Amino acid sequence: MNEMIPPAGDRAAALKGLGSSRKRVEDVRFTQGKGAYVDDIKLKDMVFGDFVRSPYAHARVVSVNKEAALAVPGVIAVLTAEDLAPLGLHWMPTLAGDRQMVLADGKVLYQGQEVAFVVAENRYACADAIELVEVDYEALPVVTDPFKALEPDAPVLREDLAGKTEGAHGPRRHHNHIFLWEQGDRAATEAVIDGADVVAEERIHYHRTHPCPLETCGCVASMDKITGKLTLWGTFQAPHAVRTVASLISGIAEHNIRVISPDIGGGFGNKVGVYPGYVCSIVASIVTGRPVKWVEDRMDNLMTTAFARDYWMDGRIAATKDGRITGLWCHVTADHGGFDACADPTKFPAGFFNICTGSYDIPVAYVGVDGVYTNKAPGGVAYRCSFRVTEAAYFIERMVDILAIKLGMDPVELRLKNFIRKDQFPYHSALGWEYDSGDYHTAMEQALAAVDYKGLRAEQAERLEAFKRGESRSLMGVGVAFFTEIVGAGPVKNCDILGLGMFDSCEIRIHPTGSAIARLGTISQGQGHATTFAQILASEIGIPADDITVEEGDTDTAPYGLGTYGSRSTPVAGAATAMAGRKIRAKAQMIAAYLLEVHDDDVEFDVDRFQIKGAPERFKTMKEIAFAAYNQAIPGLEPGLEAVSYYDPPNMTYPFGAYICVMDVDVDTGVCDVRRVYALDDCGTRINPMIIEGQVHGGLTEALAIAMGQEIAYDEDGNVTTGTLMDFFIPTAVETPHYETDHTVTPSPHHPIGAKGVGESPNVGGVPMFSNAVMDAFKPFGLTHAHMPHDHWRVWRIANGLGLHG
Amino acid sequence: MSKMHVKLTVNGKAVEALAEPRTLLIHFLREELGITGPHIGCESSHCGACTVDMGGRSVKACTMFVAQANGAEITTVEGLAAADGTLHPLQEAFREHHGLQCGYCTPGMITRAYRLLQENPSPTEAEVRFGLAGNLCRCTGYQNIVKAVLAAAPVMQAQKEAAE
Repeated sequence: MNEMIPPAGDRAAALKGLGSSRKRVEDVRFTQGKGAYVDDIKLKDMVFGDFVRSPYAHARVVSVNKEAALAVPGVIAVLTAEDLAPLGLHWMPTLAGDRQMVLADGKVLYQGQEVAFVVAENRYACADAIELVEVDYEALPVVTDPFKALEPDAPVLREDLAGKTEGAHGPRRHHNHIFLWEQGDRAATEAVIDGADVVAEERIHYHRTHPCPLETCGCVASMDKITGKLTLWGTFQAPHAVRTVASLISGIAEHNIRVISPDIGGGFGNKVGVYPGYVCSIVASIVTGRPVKWVEDRMDNLMTTAFARDYWMDGRIAATKDGRITGLWCHVTADHGGFDACADPTKFPAGFFNICTGSYDIPVAYVGVDGVYTNKAPGGVAYRCSFRVTEAAYFIERMVDILAIKLGMDPVELRLKNFIRKDQFPYHSALGWEYDSGDYHTAMEQALAAVDYKGLRAEQAERLEAFKRGESRSLMGVGVAFFTEIVGAGPVKNCDILGLGMFDSCEIRIHPTGSAIARLGTISQGQGHATTFAQILASEIGIPADDITVEEGDTDTAPYGLGTYGSRSTPVAGAATAMAGRKIRAKAQMIAAYLLEVHDDDVEFDVDRFQIKGAPERFKTMKEIAFAAYNQAIPGLEPGLEAVSYYDPPNMTYPFGAYICVMDVDVDTGVCDVRRVYALDDCGTRINPMIIEGQVHGGLTEALAIAMGQEIAYDEDGNVTTGTLMDFFIPTAVETPHYETDHTVTPSPHHPIGAKGVGESPNVGGVPMFSNAVMDAFKPFGLTHAHMPHDHWRVWRIANGLGLHG
Repeated sequence: MSKMHVKLTVNGKAVEALAEPRTLLIHFLREELGITGPHIGCESSHCGACTVDMGGRSVKACTMFVAQANGAEITTVEGLAAADGTLHPLQEAFREHHGLQCGYCTPGMITRAYRLLQENPSPTEAEVRFGLAGNLCRCTGYQNIVKAVLAAAPVMQAQKEAAE
């Protein structure tokens, strides 16, 4: 009889559980054009809404005349702040504890700001009417430079905050100042720096950019006046949080609001925030009694919803003569735009920027971040990174390279010398984090061997000599970055957004015939949750992944959770999934024992069944157990096989990686040809290697874009000069290099399956890798640092400034 | 606004409608015909999410009027699978090689690749990359898209030869 039982390995493979490169279940729909994104929704009597936006970056709104617009056939309503004021909805709270105008209330603070909301029968009538809304503006002085914004005589941007010396995050010392957030020991750090053998100092700008998912933000709001229920479909990375916030600001009871995130065409942080379009659509649906659709166009998206970065980071790093880092000091001037709408956990107004000691054992450190208002769009989202982690990683990885130059050391040697050692984990950083696990030396050594680092340096030296002899006009750069992320927010004791604790959830129902449905508080935007969460469960409960439906995004059915961003789905909801699975398994064990007529402790789980210990030929499969759970009276047990888990992680997870690229920089054209990219990621336990690699490719491409050209730029008058895809760089297949991926596995000790999250790592590690390569190419000519993005013109200018054009 | 009479063939079906002359082809497909495979990503011809096949050429439906498509034969991603539901080799290959993530660029990407592989039935990797340069993807970094297209090429060739 024993021979009849397939080997455990075969049975495990059939489950397509953890570690399987299972093909994605989502793709069957997506490859046939059967995705259902928000703009695909068409409801009976649905109308369209869109905004009149400010052409000025700073102006008083003297008057708004709707008359001509309302005369356009098909136009139903034109809403202004005056119309929203009686409802108290002309302003809304931001995620950062500030407030933001929904529609211009007396003034505008950035170009593209929402001034009026036009509702019409169709998109075309709506667009016609927008042109006809007459707004009388009185231009005010514009300030787009955060340093100038803090000068004593700078224009007052936020008149609504006049006299308020205390903000959501402590004292404000100037009318355009938002907060100062400090971490670490300033005095001790400065003492170390003052007495250090070597100090490297630099101002590093991580420029303003934008997540720019291919699908813009949008929603459909439908208020059913008969039932009093509001249904809101939208591009929401956190549907439950949107429901709670919508209830709190609208006064509609939470049970009467149903928020649905349908398929989402990429998020990358853009779809975390709450935007005026959502509020106006809800109000318009209440006012008109009809469903209202609002979908941004690309310019609206780039100009107004959710910029990222814009950090001016002044750094000092101290070391001994032989290259032992002794201290790190950093002050950030953070440009938050007209309103502080940063998407960070409440207690972290600069996110987790204090991960900026990176992968290094730095005894003492200090960080201070000043948030500043300017005449730019609000946002400050985590663009494919955990909160401000990419800024932190860029800062430390540039500072280490700059220090290496000062010490005359190879940047890899300096890194190896200062890495946190494997035996130091769990490691307490000088800025307050407890790194869960890591093995940095192994990862770095594996990367160096894979690319033949010594060989690359020798080739670089040869090419440099050829350049100096006039035989070549190109310089070779080797970019190295070693990053540590902090993801999976987070423990509820530390992390909340607007008071909502950042746990996550999974609810599982096993059907009588042994298939299942799992619902989660997260929402996929391309990550493949329907595929991977089923894999976690398959391994936990022994039901094939193909027999498990994963559903997310409908607040009426899914358990409450805080959504998908900051690489938190796997660390938090993935953990909830495993824990809920274990509850299922615990009950299944009791059922199996009853069916096998033995004590609970006499049976053990084996891949897809419970068997009697020492007698594996006597077993009950999970399928049999499921049927019995519903259809057999078992003394002392309720019928059914369901479980739910709300998981509050004990700590964050700390994925890391070693990235190396090779670039040829043409000094005459400024073109940087990326000829090799190697990325080693350690994200702990790997759930689906195919999906991990895909995420790494994508994140590296976003990093390439950011480092090499992607920027939200403003002119002195506050005009956005990169508001279309003509000017805002997104690499095509031609500019994008081929990627080599690799991995080590250092499981998280506190996560139920040891997984850490990976989607954002390549953006966090990729940006310093590409930027360091450009700097490295010019290093022999005295360059220590130049600001990103390294587009052709700026690189040409570096070469020119170094006298390389003769 | 006065409307004009348009007649075209979409995925093998004759379509007739009255449309404002300024109606964009993408809005006509998505809102009049309910063909929501082609997406809108930029409204300026840069991203290619709206790519459809018109008379044997790839076109970006967000920047042409339905009036310009009058009389044309249009194929969208919905029209690529065989009548019996068998997926097109490109649809199979994109799944097999993980050539998509959020799926938003996918209809345009596959529709463009469908034409590319007829223009050049056995392209090199560089030719695939160049041939897809009008279609942006934010998720995949293109590597697996390129892999999928290269894998579909011989399958499409073989199917063509079998049909001949």
